[in-house]
Amino acid sequence: MNCAEFVELVTDFLDGVMGEPTELRCLVHLARCEGCETYLDQFRQTVAAAGARSGPSLPASARAQLLRTFRILPRG
Amino acid sequence: MAGPRELPTDEVLVQRLRSGDEETFALVLDSWSGGMLRLAMSFVSTRDSAEEAVQDTWLAVIRGIDGFEGRASLKTWVYRILVNTAKARGTKESRTVPFASLLPQEEEGPTVDAERFRAPGERYAGHWVAGQEPRPWDIPEDHVLRGEVREVIAAAIDELPPRLRTVITLRDVAGYGSDEVCALLEISPGNQRVLLHRGRALLRRKLEAYLSGAHDVASGRGHA
Repeated sequence: MNCAEFVELVTDFLDGVMGEPTELRCLVHLARCEGCETYLDQFRQTVAAAGARSGPSLPASARAQLLRTFRILPRG
Repeated sequence: MAGPRELPTDEVLVQRLRSGDEETFALVLDSWSGGMLRLAMSFVSTRDSAEEAVQDTWLAVIRGIDGFEGRASLKTWVYRILVNTAKARGTKESRTVPFASLLPQEEEGPTVDAERFRAPGERYAGHWVAGQEPRPWDIPEDHVLRGEVREVIAAAIDELPPRLRTVITLRDVAGYGSDEVCALLEISPGNQRVLLHRGRALLRRKLEAYLSGAHDVASGRGHA
């Protein structure tokens, strides 16, 4: 496996969806390639940073309106 | 306890929602609306339109909760209503591109600049060219998770092509598994992986560009 191949497999590698032979080849490659080890690490950090993104929120007026609708809904 | 965002089980949630428990409704509303807004943004063209899609979704949830059959999780059911609502809006705004057909530019080509690897035929073909290998980011890892870097990643997500953004938003921002994403968007596992990988690779590249010096110049924000 070379580096150009490895960088395209990183998501599969992280998801654990690759077959054992491919996974093993990735691990062997990683063990001796510092560049790809760094690439993998940065990929992980990128995913973590995306997950830490703070969310927008619904405007208070819309939230209040929805709560009111929920409250007055006739229930059988 | 697993933190403030911990919700009761679906069974409990659904039973309470059906009985009109307002506190429970406020809880799911506040827990999920942020992620829903972000997801809606990938289908429609304005923030207002996204907010309306989310409101319409909650109205449909309020009215439809009695019919919820529990075949998917409650959250997935809610998100599915949102995807359909937002898609319908997007179509009206001529914004939504069908998920099934990938644009070639999104689907094809390597995710890392080919110039960074040794050319075919060369010795060590396909390996990093000396000096072109990724260098460890000169910043503590927890730094990546807050402050300016988070803004960079947020902006980068917004700039992604819509389908990459949708998949990244669901997988990495909202924390869905690949099976759920495939079901929500009606795409194959293979397509999902391609979109996710390309999206992540683009984000990593943006971070790399930012962290390799762009932020030394005038605090980094606002450069072209």
